[in-house]
Amino acid sequence: MPDSNVVLDMRGICKTFPGVIALSNVDFQLKKGEIHTLMGENGAGKSTLIKVLTGVYQIDDGEIILNGKEIRITSTQAAQKHGISTVYQEVNLCPNLSVAENIYIGREPIKRGAIDWDTINKNAKQLLEERLNLKIDVEKLLSSYSVAIQQMIAIARAVDISKGILILDEPTSSLDSNEVKELFKAMRKLKDEGMSIIFVSHFLEQVYEISDRITILRNGKFIGTYEADKLARIDLISKMVGKEFNNIESIIKKSREVSSKSSEGNFLKATKFGKKGTIEPFDLDIKQGEILGFAGLLGSGRSEIAKLIFGIDKSDSGTIKIGGSEYSYIYPLKAIKEGFGFCPEDRKVQGIIGELSIRENIILALQSSMGILKYLPMKKQQEISEKYVQLLKIATPSIEQRIDNLSGGNQQKVILARWLATNPKLLILDEPTRGIDVGAKSEVMKLVAKLAGEGMTIIFISSELQEMVRCCDRVFVLKDRMIIRELLGDEIQEKIIMRTIAQGGFSYGKNQA
Amino acid sequence: MEKTKRKSNLSKICSMSIFWPLMCLVCIIFINFIINPQFLSIQMRDGHLFGSLIDILNRAAPLILISLGMTIVIAVQGIDISVGSVIAICACISATVIVNNGGVVLAICAGLFAGLICGMWNGFLVAYIGVQPMVGTLILYIVGRGIAQLITDGKILTFTNKAFIFIGTGYLLIPMAVFIAIAVILIMYFVMRKTSLGLFVEAIGVNREASRFSGINATKVIFSLYAICGLLAGIAGIIICSNIKSADANNAGQWLELDAILSVVIGGTSMSGGRFYLGGTVIGALFIQSLTTTIYSIGVPPEVTLVVKAVVVITVVLIQSPIFRNMITRNTIIRKLKTKKVAKV
Repeated sequence: MPDSNVVLDMRGICKTFPGVIALSNVDFQLKKGEIHTLMGENGAGKSTLIKVLTGVYQIDDGEIILNGKEIRITSTQAAQKHGISTVYQEVNLCPNLSVAENIYIGREPIKRGAIDWDTINKNAKQLLEERLNLKIDVEKLLSSYSVAIQQMIAIARAVDISKGILILDEPTSSLDSNEVKELFKAMRKLKDEGMSIIFVSHFLEQVYEISDRITILRNGKFIGTYEADKLARIDLISKMVGKEFNNIESIIKKSREVSSKSSEGNFLKATKFGKKGTIEPFDLDIKQGEILGFAGLLGSGRSEIAKLIFGIDKSDSGTIKIGGSEYSYIYPLKAIKEGFGFCPEDRKVQGIIGELSIRENIILALQSSMGILKYLPMKKQQEISEKYVQLLKIATPSIEQRIDNLSGGNQQKVILARWLATNPKLLILDEPTRGIDVGAKSEVMKLVAKLAGEGMTIIFISSELQEMVRCCDRVFVLKDRMIIRELLGDEIQEKIIMRTIAQGGFSYGKNQA
Repeated sequence: MEKTKRKSNLSKICSMSIFWPLMCLVCIIFINFIINPQFLSIQMRDGHLFGSLIDILNRAAPLILISLGMTIVIAVQGIDISVGSVIAICACISATVIVNNGGVVLAICAGLFAGLICGMWNGFLVAYIGVQPMVGTLILYIVGRGIAQLITDGKILTFTNKAFIFIGTGYLLIPMAVFIAIAVILIMYFVMRKTSLGLFVEAIGVNREASRFSGINATKVIFSLYAICGLLAGIAGIIICSNIKSADANNAGQWLELDAILSVVIGGTSMSGGRFYLGGTVIGALFIQSLTTTIYSIGVPPEVTLVVKAVVVITVVLIQSPIFRNMITRNTIIRKLKTKKVAKV
């Protein structure tokens, strides 16, 4: 007898792509009014399972039973008709439309043959207030709000479409802790109203805070479904990784001891460097071989400062001295030639070149630094790509695979490979661990430590303070587009960083003057 | 075992970008062959080759040139609808130089230079000012024929300079224009595939923002692509006016931009930019020219020629669409499965 509480029952789901078995014989059960977390490493099959459920992919084998009836989900529209709605990791809304339009796009209420704007605006406002406790002007453009608010709006839209099943694919990866709290409040409320929520996240703490049950996938295989409060964290991780979990911290500490010896000599010196409206002028000294952190909330200037140093944004004051030469501004190609590398924050928009192959993505920065006429011979290109695919353990059947076929973590590794191929002296990593799973995170962190140990200078930006505390030699705290404090040695603690941000600290720039 | 191997080889060939354009070209040549068995025959007369195929190659030369330019512009999510007008400008300038006894070399240089300047103007608008490509090139599309008329004083210039006429009508076993087209194809292939420009073009076409983060100067690259496109239109203009021994500001290269865009699409390059296929474009241009020739040779009434062309183009585009092909194959697979199930019962 099937459990009457089970809303959705997926049995023996199989899905193959050319060269990859994405899902093999996966079972998944969702009960009414539960928050069920899906966990697994990159390429474990989480995204594929969700895309199968939302009609993006069709299953090769297996059955999907919704409310006791077997269904076929042939398209995204079909999924919506069955009451399954999804919020993806990256906000999939139209920035040039108003908030209300975004919520009702494609199903606008019609009055006398015309779109009923009053109702749309009224309903949207009500929806956001009642279900998500969000009070904003719904007639403003979506792009005028922060990523966090946009995420909430995407969730509101999904909630409004959904008839019982809501899928949240890493909704928290771009939110700060307060926003996560708000989101969880909203999720609990929805759950109490009888909504079944499938939740995907890489943040362990969040998973334990919100989940009722956890299903673990590994390499496209079903590992098991567990009650969240009966599954110890270490068990969860070892089930995901499939082996005993290495203690990352000890590895990092060890390699740091080695690298701290090599920290000598100024590599980069910025004097009153800044850009109006983006980041206040700042002074900065970077020594060779150190790991420097920029901590701060979203929009505090932590990414802007990196973009300025790499020349994505053109500075309008001060100078930057790299090695022996001084510039009043630089541009990306110049930065690359000076030995800079930059893994940007937004992987999808600023990082990957979707349609191109892994090989082409890896050699791109190296090639652009070599210019148009010196084209790397194909053999050399393959050599470089193969080398980094092996070194970084990028999971792919071939280097000619399109990069957008890879999972998020593997895409991030390709971007890392793109810069490592240029043999950089300074590597700027802006949120290198966002949206990738625990296993890949630890790999990235290990790599950072290893590179710094080899004498590479690293600027590390992350919203996960724990990561920064673990690996940085120095941390600059930013707030309101300004560096407000420099932390050294024992001062680098999560608590101190948070307190500094909260209290505002003293102005770093003024202190220097 | 061998069967599956052969099957995978077949699917490999089918998935090659040049396969479908080539199939279309083969089909249209085959149709011509059925209608007129003489179609494929090539004869030697006075040391030159004659035949329908040679004729198609000769006439397709200008189209191939501007289609190649169009391909690289489309690859960076752009378009250049002004090429027809640029052809007219270049044709008129070259003809003016010839008529005023300026000499062949000067005439060619002036024509090419005019094309380059036109392309640079388009590139300046699109890459540096940020005008949308369609709008930016629309300016020259409209103004271009006006400029051409100003150059010729509104008259059709005719000339008899033998050396200049040789470019468009001369033969060295095969027509001169074909030699020019082959040379340009080889140069374009070299520039795009043996330097890193092609990689940069594709990267910019897929994701301009990410390309900038990788150190590519997208503005400069896009500017040069439009300049190249203009230069190629200049060469096409010279061939066209030399072929008809006159320059007509109103009709030279008219509607050619549309044929060029079609050639690019049939060749497999997506209008949304990214991957581009020079070989596919050449095949596409040959297809379009064969189609035009076929329509005339089988005596389709002039009032329905455009309709016939449209129907063929729609069919070709449908066949090339993977979604459409999947729809057909999926239906047959489902049908197969159903018959299997019945057999089991």
